[in-house]
Amino acid sequence: MSAQTVALGAGVHRGWIEFRQSVANAQDVWGAIFPPAVSLVVMYLLRDNTVPGTDASLGSQAVPGILAMNAVLTGLMGLAVTLTMDREDGTLLRAKATPNGMLGYLTGKVISRAAVTVASLLIVLVPAAFLFGGMELGRVTTWATLVWVLVLGLFATLPIGAVLGSLFSSAQSMSFTTLPLMGLVAVSGIFYPINGYPEWLQWIAQVFPVYWLALGLRSALLPDQLAAAELTESWRHLETVLVLGVWAVAGFLVAPVVLRRMARRESGSSVAARREKALQRPM
Amino acid sequence: MVLNAASGDAPSGSAVPHTVSRGAIEPPGPEAAISISDLRMRYGSRDVLKGVNLTVRRGEVLALLGPNGAGKTTTIEILEGFRRRSAGEVRVLGTDPDHGDEAWRARLGIVLQSWRDHGKWRVRELLDHLGRYYAPYATADRPRPYDADEVVSLVGLTEQANLRVGTLSGGQRRRLDVAVGIVGRPDLLFLDEPTAGFDPQARQEFHDLVHRLSDLEETTILLTTHDLDEAEKLADRIVMLAGGRIVADGSAAELAREVAGKAEVRYSRDGESFVHATEDATAYVRRLFEQYGDAVGDLEVRRASLEDVYMALVLEYESGQRTGLRTTLTEVAS
Repeated sequence: MSAQTVALGAGVHRGWIEFRQSVANAQDVWGAIFPPAVSLVVMYLLRDNTVPGTDASLGSQAVPGILAMNAVLTGLMGLAVTLTMDREDGTLLRAKATPNGMLGYLTGKVISRAAVTVASLLIVLVPAAFLFGGMELGRVTTWATLVWVLVLGLFATLPIGAVLGSLFSSAQSMSFTTLPLMGLVAVSGIFYPINGYPEWLQWIAQVFPVYWLALGLRSALLPDQLAAAELTESWRHLETVLVLGVWAVAGFLVAPVVLRRMARRESGSSVAARREKALQRPM
Repeated sequence: MVLNAASGDAPSGSAVPHTVSRGAIEPPGPEAAISISDLRMRYGSRDVLKGVNLTVRRGEVLALLGPNGAGKTTTIEILEGFRRRSAGEVRVLGTDPDHGDEAWRARLGIVLQSWRDHGKWRVRELLDHLGRYYAPYATADRPRPYDADEVVSLVGLTEQANLRVGTLSGGQRRRLDVAVGIVGRPDLLFLDEPTAGFDPQARQEFHDLVHRLSDLEETTILLTTHDLDEAEKLADRIVMLAGGRIVADGSAAELAREVAGKAEVRYSRDGESFVHATEDATAYVRRLFEQYGDAVGDLEVRRASLEDVYMALVLEYESGQRTGLRTTLTEVAS
């Protein structure tokens, strides 16, 4: 076995251990469940409103969108935050000091974040199915679509998280990205179909992967007649694959370059300096 | 034996007089684990290293001493391949650290000052995980990695093997750092202030471990420390760095002899106390007994300690810097 293969194996090992740690950690679990739980409650209160142009409940129409939002928050943002934290505490430098350690580290991070994302999606999906009727969980196509949309969605969004995590030097400064991201979630039709938005806003939404991830999840979970509520009145699977695919390819081209640049700058004194700064920061 | 203190305004290059009287500096050869010549580092307009020359033999334990800001950490980071130098030639295990590949990295062990990573991992689990990366680099005479249980017991963490790293005490955490540094059975180990926060017992155990690594595993060890006593106990050779240059290089005894020169002899005779400074304490004491015999009591011979040497050199360097005078402590050969 080549040394890289060994490091990939070690990365899978790392991913599994870190996933177990997340699941066993109350704070992590709460962090993954709280945002979608709040959204579900709000949608439950709005369950009597209907999707414009149909008699379907706005609440159940919003559930896949909430799942998509959650996938972006736990996947993309979660990866970005752990990357900055791992730089602050020296985990990344440790990886750098180990032969092929960066390869193993990144493999582990991506696997553990992806697993946490999928787990939190299932944790939210199950109660949502009981709270809101109108979801098609008995079809084979539901689960098949769910899998490919999620996998492609993670490929499209996780590299963005890795890039953000490399660009920001501390978890503190990362928080500046939360606002634009929430703005993006808002324009991406998570809570309300974007048909009613002005056309320029619809275009913005369709450039980014959040809209397509949500659309893909709606196509998986909702009855087919609800496609009528979408733009062009279809689920647009081909376009979903294209847009998410372009993001994934771009991400896998850009992320390693940015990560390498960031890793090159890591040294014992840079970790010590960041720690010094973190200690001096007023809490 | 090289002993000099040079001020900052001396012309570069010639600023480090090589007064070699013994074999402390050898030409770099296949035997050298580290060879550095005219290493320079500049941050912006500030010169941190101003021409460092150093050779570390294979299997040697070398302590790098110096005041804060002397360039110790910068030097180590350059050797580890974590920082690009401004100028000079550097070879670590025969490779330029700026272009070291993963096979080269597998032969290094690194213990930095401020690790606090992997807090959620368990001690044994982490060592087992990190060891895996080294397995492809095992050789016939150097099986890699250490077995996780073996390395856990080597650093005395057997009782803590299943604890979370985040719950370890400061000293235990430091021992884990050392364990991570050696799990790949390195040819060359960097220890940056390894015993900070150790209690005396842990320190003693750590010293035993260093001796073991150096004697049995033939590991070359480069350590920085502020603990002069520790440097004296552990290191075959001590190198002092001040103002970006090497100002002293030799064994602890050599440094003590050559900087302070004289030893202090204290004794009492007929109830009266005497103190005498001499370059040859042995001859002086012999004469003392020949002359006074049993009347001599409370005999005490005190050589200049490494601390005296250190303070003398740092003062020398600082005063040289203040006055802008170039000062060279030439050796007082004994």
